[in-house]
Amino acid sequence: MTTTSAAKTTILNLPEDELVHPGNRACAGCGLSIIYRIGLKALGRDTILVVPPSCLTVLQGLYPIAATQLPCLNVTFASTAAGATGILGAMRAKKNETTTVAAWAGDGGTSDIGLQALSGACERGENFIFICYDNEAYMNTGVQRSGTTPQGVITTTTPFSGKAQRKKDVPSIIAAHGIPYVATASAAYPLDFFDKITKAKTMKGPKYIHVHTPCPSGWGFHSRFTVKIGALAVETGLFDLYEIENQKFRLTGASEKLIGKKRKPVKEYFKTQSRFKALTDDQMADIQKEIDAKWEGYQQVA
Amino acid sequence: MHIIESGNVAAASGVKLAKVQVIAAYPITPQTPLTEKLSEFVDSGEMDAQYIPVESEHSALAVCIAASSAGTRAFTATSANGLLYMHEQLQWAAGARLPIVMCVVNRGIGAPWTVWNDHQDSISQRDTGWIQLYCCDHQQIIDTVLQAFYLAETVSVPVMVCYDGYILSHTYMPFDIPEQTDVDRFLPPFSPAYALDPKQPANLNTVTLPDVRPDVRGDVAPGYMEIRHNLHMDMRAAITVAADIDRKFEDIFGRGGNPFIEPYRCDDADFVAICLGSLSYHLRDVVDILREEGIPVGVMGLRLYRPFPNQAVRNALSSRKAVIVFEKALSYGNQGALYGDIKSALYTADNRPIVHNYILGLGGREIKTHHLEKALRESCTAPDAIGDTPVWIGLKM
Ligand SMILES: Cc1ncc(C[n+]2csc(CCOP(=O)(O)OP(=O)(O)O)c2C)c(N)n1
Ligand code: SF4
Ligand SMILES: [Mg+2]
Repeated sequence: MTTTSAAKTTILNLPEDELVHPGNRACAGCGLSIIYRIGLKALGRDTILVVPPSCLTVLQGLYPIAATQLPCLNVTFASTAAGATGILGAMRAKKNETTTVAAWAGDGGTSDIGLQALSGACERGENFIFICYDNEAYMNTGVQRSGTTPQGVITTTTPFSGKAQRKKDVPSIIAAHGIPYVATASAAYPLDFFDKITKAKTMKGPKYIHVHTPCPSGWGFHSRFTVKIGALAVETGLFDLYEIENQKFRLTGASEKLIGKKRKPVKEYFKTQSRFKALTDDQMADIQKEIDAKWEGYQQVA
Repeated sequence: MHIIESGNVAAASGVKLAKVQVIAAYPITPQTPLTEKLSEFVDSGEMDAQYIPVESEHSALAVCIAASSAGTRAFTATSANGLLYMHEQLQWAAGARLPIVMCVVNRGIGAPWTVWNDHQDSISQRDTGWIQLYCCDHQQIIDTVLQAFYLAETVSVPVMVCYDGYILSHTYMPFDIPEQTDVDRFLPPFSPAYALDPKQPANLNTVTLPDVRPDVRGDVAPGYMEIRHNLHMDMRAAITVAADIDRKFEDIFGRGGNPFIEPYRCDDADFVAICLGSLSYHLRDVVDILREEGIPVGVMGLRLYRPFPNQAVRNALSSRKAVIVFEKALSYGNQGALYGDIKSALYTADNRPIVHNYILGLGGREIKTHHLEKALRESCTAPDAIGDTPVWIGLKM
């Protein structure tokens, strides 16, 4: 297994430059706000952003006031990766070889309506960083189910019995394109996310980072528990932090440390959020078995 | 230089001469040879542009929207269902005020599938905020592509250059390819007021409120409605700009004079047929036949459909006895779109001619000269006998 992790960033050497203005329109305790602030620090000022409709559109502010200091093109819901492609085309035409083009889309804008454009862009080898912040539903329109909503979750379109289907594994779909870098991250571990963006910036071609972002409003928990719940998703082994660098998979950070250790029971995670209230004990036990099997696989590779 | 080539090659040659920087397109009949030609130009190094083979038309226009927002000259082309698939993006490009140029190689739309020509594709996108120009022959295609960039970049509104699938796209005709030096004299490089730039960050196309709103300095910025009103006013201004551009083009290339309407034997005509695209050249033959019979008839090809040149239409038509509108598209459940536009332009005229509407050629149904002749003769000889509903030509069942 390759271990090419760059020097770890700490809270002491995180860049002080703030690219997100203090005060924005996201809910209190929003996981996206955490990673957006840290992510833009990692991207730096020589960056152009592409954003489809989502909570991020709202976070960024209402015309003529903007919450961020980077140039940003707001595009239609399905066209994020194609928009990034167009900016890259223009940068090549202008012989600009330094500017980073970064797309930020929600799970809906990535895994459902935006998947075709993203797949096309990955296949063409576009030189961008695509960041999917996964709050596991369409939050901007009022918590409807998405492809990445986990099984059993109550949303406004799975109102009583919860979502019947499993969570779509988007990072694996993207990794199947054979792009140079696929990683996952979590709002609970922003410095790990920072380092992954920093690494992605050094690579040519499509880079995809899938970030788990707890959402108090949509998941049903108090806004002070965002980081705790994000960490719990990792500690229970439900959401894993990893990198697939040049087709090589490896667990990273908090997930890597779980290898050979006892994980917290997934039930502990489910109990913290009202969106899981339709899950029965039997369903939780089944999910626990699946998680155990997945980790069994990890241990064998490790 | 005079060459004999297809309409699609005429369009591609115009795109090359316009020094387009970013091209994104997705194949669809009958547009395909145009995009193939452009890939050839780029791959052979004849043209210095980024050719991006996207995975859909929605993405093709997304690429152009972003490339144009980042300050480069962008082009795409499509037909029929490809254009419909772009619908959301068409409105986005117009609302974002991006001077993208697109060739629409006109084709009927499914269901049922058809690959043949009519105008339902571009007419159905009439209200998207794009300028629409229609061409009658290969020379007009290449000339119009060049003029389209100038027009789009002057008024910051995207332009569709529409020409008939197969009838023009796949037929070979002689046309003049302008010299690059002359084109460079005509068309200045694209220099937008703002382009995406990390040194001058701006957040484009953000959520905009129903009302005006002060910015951080206290200056009042427009609301959604002001932004849309500006689009409308700049579209109206495009009528004058189109005429100016036509004059400049004529000065340099010696072709022009009819930016809105191209008349044929209309000076003394009591009866005038009017339509979009190559059909107006077909109707010239019919006019010649009827003129031999002593019928005072002429034909006009409308070149600029959006913005609609109401004043020019009124001036051209109000003194006539009857105006006969031939259309390859329909606003289903009502009438031809052009018919409605022409009637409305004539409403305030002192003399309001009778107006007839013929629907024909849908999905490539062959348009026979004798069918046109019969319809036009009936309209001229017994104008009162035809009512205010579309009459279908060439129906067999
Ligand atoms: C074509 C289109 N369909 C639907 C919408 C409505 N819409 C806007 S945002 C959104 C959900 C976004 O979900 P996601 O991408 O997960 O981002 P989140 O809001 O959760 O941050 C939807 C359905 C739209 N803007 N455009
Ligand atoms: S709904 Fe959720 S993701 Fe959206 S702003 Fe609120 S907390 Fe953040
Ligand atoms: Mg979401």
